[in-house]
Amino acid sequence: MEIFTPANVSFIMAGFLKTIEISILAIIFSVILGTVLALVKQYCVGKLSPFKWLVSAYIELFRCTPNLLWILFIYFTVKGSDIFISVLAFTIFTSAVMAEIIRGGLNSIPKSQFEAAKSQGFGFFASMRLIILPQTFKTIIPALFSQCTTVIKDSSYLAGINVMEFMFSAKVVMGYTSDLSQVLLLYGFVFLLYFVLNFGISLIVRAYQRRVVAA
Amino acid sequence: MLDGLLDAKRWEITMAEMPALWEGFAFTLQVVVAGLLISLVLGTILGVFSTTRSRVLRLISRIYVEFFQNTPLPVQVFFYYMAGPRVLQMITGAESPVRLSAFAIGALGVGLYHAAYISEVIRTGIESVPRGQMEAALSQGFTRVQSYIYIILPQTFKVILPPLCNQALNLVKNTSVLALIAGGDLMYNADNFVSTYGYLQGYIMACVLYFIICFPLAILVQWLERRSKRRPRAKNIPGITPAPEPAKEA
Repeated sequence: MEIFTPANVSFIMAGFLKTIEISILAIIFSVILGTVLALVKQYCVGKLSPFKWLVSAYIELFRCTPNLLWILFIYFTVKGSDIFISVLAFTIFTSAVMAEIIRGGLNSIPKSQFEAAKSQGFGFFASMRLIILPQTFKTIIPALFSQCTTVIKDSSYLAGINVMEFMFSAKVVMGYTSDLSQVLLLYGFVFLLYFVLNFGISLIVRAYQRRVVAA
Repeated sequence: MLDGLLDAKRWEITMAEMPALWEGFAFTLQVVVAGLLISLVLGTILGVFSTTRSRVLRLISRIYVEFFQNTPLPVQVFFYYMAGPRVLQMITGAESPVRLSAFAIGALGVGLYHAAYISEVIRTGIESVPRGQMEAALSQGFTRVQSYIYIILPQTFKVILPPLCNQALNLVKNTSVLALIAGGDLMYNADNFVSTYGYLQGYIMACVLYFIICFPLAILVQWLERRSKRRPRAKNIPGITPAPEPAKEA
């Protein structure tokens, strides 16, 4: 039986689009939440330090436990659509990683930038938004994009809760055949698409790094 | 579903079921050790390949690294699980599909996957020490072995140890992929408990157990990172450096 029928292919490609959709949403939300976490961990001192401890605990907790655990956890505790559950699970997990990446970027900004901003009358939030964070994001672009690759790859863990993403929809189609060559072809297709997507991202990052080094 | 989180009865049942989780914990640890061994050996070989002059070896290493870094681990593991036995049957000519144990799939899965990352770590480590260091050491009268022990390797380790431990940490977390193929690891046993009893406590205990393995590793990574940023100090090596001058009396 030929497995690459138009119906099967469009079914799998719908899964591929879902993978991309979940990944993009998860990345956007985790960058936002990660920025907030990074700022709290970095700048909440004195009376505000309990917030800093809380955020540190959050980051360590998610850094030291598997992604799949949180996917299952959220799936069990939260009711909602596939996309909502997936994006939520990935956001709480990935934002901890993003926070550490962004903090690394904040640390690389010279102190004089903060002092200059202050001396020019910028308040904390204005100097962050207009001066510090734009420079921070520029320095962490490579790490940020490699984390995007990780999110895209890890989204296949969602097959564990039967979300119809790329891997799971390919698995469903594989259920229709017991012919080994068909299964291998299908796996080849799945590997190829993931590879093209992630390798493409890493090529873009490498080109960007070369441009930055050259400049 | 968060209700019942403080229910004493539920915790009691969870504690009674802990042996299953500990069993998964022990199994996860075994997979971690085997996976680490595979990834360290293969990663070092591939890393050295990528710094040799041979174009073929460099290409092999490159292709391996790009493939394993750019495709998801769960897909790789599903592949070993679903297609592996029959592919092996075809290769070996056995009569029936070659059964692969969950342990073998897990160790190979994370081992091959992290070998790609470790290979990159080793490559950066080797490339970070300029060739001039060896020449300088030799010109100062160090033998080749001494140069490696005192000059080259300490600099290499400084670069590779933090990311290496970070990879070990990720490897531990990634063994949870076994739960997707009913592997009997910690994640699977915890998930089993939750779906049997419907109590969230199973996940919480799994979280605690993973944390027990990973948190010390995370601390180690941070410590190594701080240490690698310190400037090197002069060391006294008996028989090589001149005897230290006696401290001057104040």
